[in-house]
Amino acid sequence: MGQIFPRNANLLIRLSIFAGLLLFVELVLILGVYFRSNYFRQINVAVEQPIAFSHQLHNGVLGVDCRYCHVSVDKSYFANIPATETCMTCHSQIKTNSTKIAPVVESYNTGEPIEWIRVHNVPDFVYFNHSIHVNKGIGCSECHGQINEMAVVWQEQPFYMGWCFDCHRNPEQYIRPRSEVYNMNYVHPADQLQVGTDLVKQYGVASKEQLTNCSTCHR
Amino acid sequence: MQTLRSRRSLLARLVRYSWVGLLGMLLTACHTDMYNQAKLQTYEPSTFFADGRASRPVVAGAVVVGQDEVDTFLNTGKIDGELVDMMPFPVTADLLARGQQQYTIYCSVCHGVAGLGQSAVAERGAIVPANFHQQRLRDVPVSHFFDIITNGVYRGDPTKDGYQSMFSYASRVKVEDRWAIAAYIRALQLSQNATVDDVPLDMRDQLGQ
Repeated sequence: MGQIFPRNANLLIRLSIFAGLLLFVELVLILGVYFRSNYFRQINVAVEQPIAFSHQLHNGVLGVDCRYCHVSVDKSYFANIPATETCMTCHSQIKTNSTKIAPVVESYNTGEPIEWIRVHNVPDFVYFNHSIHVNKGIGCSECHGQINEMAVVWQEQPFYMGWCFDCHRNPEQYIRPRSEVYNMNYVHPADQLQVGTDLVKQYGVASKEQLTNCSTCHR
Repeated sequence: MQTLRSRRSLLARLVRYSWVGLLGMLLTACHTDMYNQAKLQTYEPSTFFADGRASRPVVAGAVVVGQDEVDTFLNTGKIDGELVDMMPFPVTADLLARGQQQYTIYCSVCHGVAGLGQSAVAERGAIVPANFHQQRLRDVPVSHFFDIITNGVYRGDPTKDGYQSMFSYASRVKVEDRWAIAAYIRALQLSQNATVDDVPLDMRDQLGQ
């Protein structure tokens, strides 16, 4: 019986050892890139809502303050979705015949809630609190981007722990005066580090040890 | 000799089964139960209730723990059913600043920043917001504004073509802030009808600067 494999099969085997290693490294890299990709994290993906509400029109053009609708953002851990009563405060008299408003009117009359689709979410083991952030000088646009320019809202930042740490380790780089928190067009000044360090002291922002403590965000 | 061989075989066995530990690492990535825990967060749907809402609407007649008595001057702006030109607590610069902030968020949308009843929103529809600088509103007691913010405004005959021209803001603005806004509206009115005599003597040279 002759040999099954020709002599040069040895080379193939040797090469395939390296190819296998390379494939393994490649797979790890591809997985790493995939889980960090905007596709996996759903960043910059506009989320269509049941009602074509435009932040760009209401906040950007008309200048309605964030807190007019998201009343609880500076009082509670949760920034509320406005009740239909809030929508109807204006829309009982403005654009009353618009088909885009019709589902809101129906919800107001029947009491059936509108099922908005959640855009920004963190896992259940993260105890994020809106009020402490806005009251200590972290602006809306810091995490949500320029909502005033979004006709349809998308997530702009990766809501992952590493990203949270960017600020929790260096709050002075991101803090702004309280009066500018709801200013969507705020641009940090050139001397942000100096201004920020003063504001961190003035607003009594917790120490970096405390800000990076597990129990600050996890219970 | 005997002991040396057994030691070698132990080492060989450890090396041979070292990959079992790697399998354990694969399992860690599959745990997602902590991401969505067996608890209901704000607005999360629930199959437990018939309407699918985890956040329950308040039962009619429920009283919030620690809630004030409803029928006080602080909560109604009225004494014996009459609006009174008085604040339930002293007016300070801090209170007016708070009033200005709250006014700018909730009121200026329609009434305008200066209270002239003109704004980008009001222009878009049939809304006719009140001008705070008309004589009628300059004469009303300060609690009138508190009362309107709390209860809203109803125009026309409810049985025919009446409609709510201004909704209640009681669910959005808390009691103290409503009073702060009322005080700030008074300050706005004063600002539009001030004379040189209202300015303290030592501040007058700053005028026109």
